[in-house]
Amino acid sequence: MSSYEARFKVWRGDADGGGLEDFKVEVNDGEVVLDIIHRLQATQAPDLAVRWNCKAGKCGSCSAEINGRPRLLCMTRMSVFDREETITVTPLRAFPVVRDLVTNVGFNYDKAREIPSFVPPPGLGPGEYRMMQEDVDRSQEFRKCIECFLCQDTCHVVRDHEENKQAFAGPRFLMRVAELDMHPLDAAAESGLDRKRAAQDEHGLGYCNITKCCTEVCPEGIKITDNALIPLKERAVDRKYDPLVWLGNKIRRRSASSGG
Amino acid sequence: MSVVERQEWDVVVVGAGGAGLRAAIEARERGARTAVICKSLFGKAHTVMAEGGIAAAMANANPHDNWQVHFRDTLRGGKFLNQWRMAELHAQEAPDRVWELETWGALFDRTKDGRISQRNFGGHEYPRLAHVGDRTGLELIRTLQQKIVALQQEDFKETGDYESRLKVFQECTVTRVLKDGSRVSGVFAYERESGRFFVLEAPAVVIATGGIGKSFKVTSNSWEYTGDGHALALLAGAPLLNMEFVQFHPTGMVWPPSVKGILVTESVRGDGGVLRNSDGKRFMFDYIPDVFKEKYAETEDEADRWYDDPDNNRRPPELLPRDEVARAINAEVKEGRGSPHGGVFLDVSTRMPAEVIKRRLPSMYHQFKELADVDITAEAMEVGPTCHYVMGGIAVESDSAAARGVPGLYAAGEVAGGMHGSNRLGGNSLSDLLVFGRRAGLHAAEYAAGVTADRPRVHDGQVSSAAAEALRPFSVEAEIEEPAGGPPENPYTLHQELQQTMNDLVGIIRREPEMKQALEKLAELRVRARRAGVEGHRQFNPGWHLALDLRNMLLVSECVARAALERTESRGGHTREDHPSMDRRWRRINLLCGLTDPTGGLTATDPLRGQIALTRETTEPIRPDLLALFDKEELVKYLAEEELYE
Repeated sequence: MSSYEARFKVWRGDADGGGLEDFKVEVNDGEVVLDIIHRLQATQAPDLAVRWNCKAGKCGSCSAEINGRPRLLCMTRMSVFDREETITVTPLRAFPVVRDLVTNVGFNYDKAREIPSFVPPPGLGPGEYRMMQEDVDRSQEFRKCIECFLCQDTCHVVRDHEENKQAFAGPRFLMRVAELDMHPLDAAAESGLDRKRAAQDEHGLGYCNITKCCTEVCPEGIKITDNALIPLKERAVDRKYDPLVWLGNKIRRRSASSGG
Repeated sequence: MSVVERQEWDVVVVGAGGAGLRAAIEARERGARTAVICKSLFGKAHTVMAEGGIAAAMANANPHDNWQVHFRDTLRGGKFLNQWRMAELHAQEAPDRVWELETWGALFDRTKDGRISQRNFGGHEYPRLAHVGDRTGLELIRTLQQKIVALQQEDFKETGDYESRLKVFQECTVTRVLKDGSRVSGVFAYERESGRFFVLEAPAVVIATGGIGKSFKVTSNSWEYTGDGHALALLAGAPLLNMEFVQFHPTGMVWPPSVKGILVTESVRGDGGVLRNSDGKRFMFDYIPDVFKEKYAETEDEADRWYDDPDNNRRPPELLPRDEVARAINAEVKEGRGSPHGGVFLDVSTRMPAEVIKRRLPSMYHQFKELADVDITAEAMEVGPTCHYVMGGIAVESDSAAARGVPGLYAAGEVAGGMHGSNRLGGNSLSDLLVFGRRAGLHAAEYAAGVTADRPRVHDGQVSSAAAEALRPFSVEAEIEEPAGGPPENPYTLHQELQQTMNDLVGIIRREPEMKQALEKLAELRVRARRAGVEGHRQFNPGWHLALDLRNMLLVSECVARAALERTESRGGHTREDHPSMDRRWRRINLLCGLTDPTGGLTATDPLRGQIALTRETTEPIRPDLLALFDKEELVKYLAEEELYE
């Protein structure tokens, strides 16, 4: 096993400000950046604040920026860096700092609440749901999301534009709309809710100009742009601007309800 | 001291994993105003790490499955030490709990006819685990989280406030359950972000804090698993049950060192993966214990045929219960037949095509690729045992999940004891969370509704002593000027020493002198932990948080060590080298842990006197109709003579 001493710059501070602090720290074979942050806590900076839970890339807690790139600290191996390189670790830029590497991610929880939930199909009881694997594949891809919020952090719509946060749910929650919209048994439409239109009108889908930054940082490899956002955009546009689609839907729904 | 903010709720749930969220949903749906407190962000709980699936006898994959078969498997897995009524309720209610998740939006993998797919797992007679690839825990937590949000949306429509009836206090830690006389009156907590203290007054508190793995060095558990709920219950006067039973999952990663312990799902074996030693031999055939002889294949051919024709062949021994497989791996390594990094080989690469592996085990593929540079579709994994789960826990009433002896206190999930006996089957944890989370929420809400006229009060004295206890690590520097003290201690160092002690001395194979040594070391650590000091201030200070968690880990570790020393037999997750066989006389014995000095938590200074006292209790006989589900020949292996003829 080979060990070496790495140079780190870690942002320390709070809402009132702060700056990068220099550290020299031992690195061992196979370690990830989170191991190094933990070593700093145990040996040099016991009150260094960092969020983490599983250390296995499953919970999405230890999101931060490493050399300016949004990443999970637990899934970034030290071996990807040159030994001479100084590694800079900073908190997620799009969210307000609480302390050191910990940010206030409340924005995401607020947005989660604004997305209408799954609407169970009336008349189907527990145990009666039947869905084909090929029909759940698409939504299942989106449900791999570990809510690390790296996509929310990197998305340029909000990264440097605080003012857009009000109107824009961000890739994670637009993807949540897409997930529900593609759920084979979601009965939102029957309850009078048009998820595609809501994505456009209420959750800011129009702000997204498909630069795929979100997809690039997703640690789960979810094709957020291609599989969730673009299809949602296409369907939203159909609905919104095509009067024939609109009329057709209206008629179909009326005859269905009068028939039932 | 400044005034501590107080809020009133009906039910407070401590913990936001599967059990806590399911309890909160139930309590809120039964009309109780419900608060959830969790150490991490909402949706990050340890439940996300569960991989394989939820065991429920829905009979989607094999029509012969039913609750009785599930019950039987659970008792066999637990070596008949299970609280049988819990195992019965669990097996009966699990299917409803899974189906209900679908109505909240969960998307499980499907069978060809569109129902929920079920996979094979260790100790389960039929394919029984509802799953989503190998990320079932994530699906479970997300579904429950989203159900909570759905309820909050309903409340918003009605009251204009999302949090009027159901609120999640995330990144907050409870350090004390408060009491009014014998009854629960609320909890004392701090907010991690600000370090601010607060009190939630409530007549009913559900503890759902999960396990204790962070007291061991090699573990699959996340940082939250510091035994908080176990300790909170003990300190509130509720006993812990059978704490000697700790499950070492047979397959954790062994290399590189920084990921040692991270879980490799049992699904790898359920789906066809095999274990080999350095000679290339499938060694599990040599480790089938007598009680399971008739149920497992004797040859590789038969084992391999079982995957396609389970009715006419017996299952491969790789799918024995976890305790058996973990011991076998341990023995192979000890005999010098281990892999280069001290494990054994777990291979899927020669068993199925690469694309099937990637589809069925995506997280495992990803995990090994990213963390160990190993492509599991091309080469074998190296795996070894890792501390995974504690079967012991708060002693509860089976039907209501009420903690014994403390009115208003409930417990569900891993923190509760009894359900799994001496060893838990894979897949029975997620179903346990749902079944008993719901029951705890239901009974807590009913209890709270019944005491509205006579709500227990929170007393100022308890609040100030809880605050003083929590602030202690900041004043250590000043205090140790006194001659009785020693140098201030680093909480991280203490934690590492504790983990090493439990790992080496109360680990997978146990010996009397080592456990005695562990108790001495724990006593020393307890005294030193009094001097655990922290730098900085109260705002998001991990050193402080750890200093406070140490109290819990030390209490729980002592419970494990004392109970393990007392039980002079080997059963399930408790293996004694000096008492290697299962003893039928011990089957009826439960070991209860209580505080030696129930009056105060600040008596931990005397190294000679332990904090934990054990009592033995004889269990209730298994109900005859449940016993009748087994053959007499099988029962004689487990039950003492007098039990058979009662």
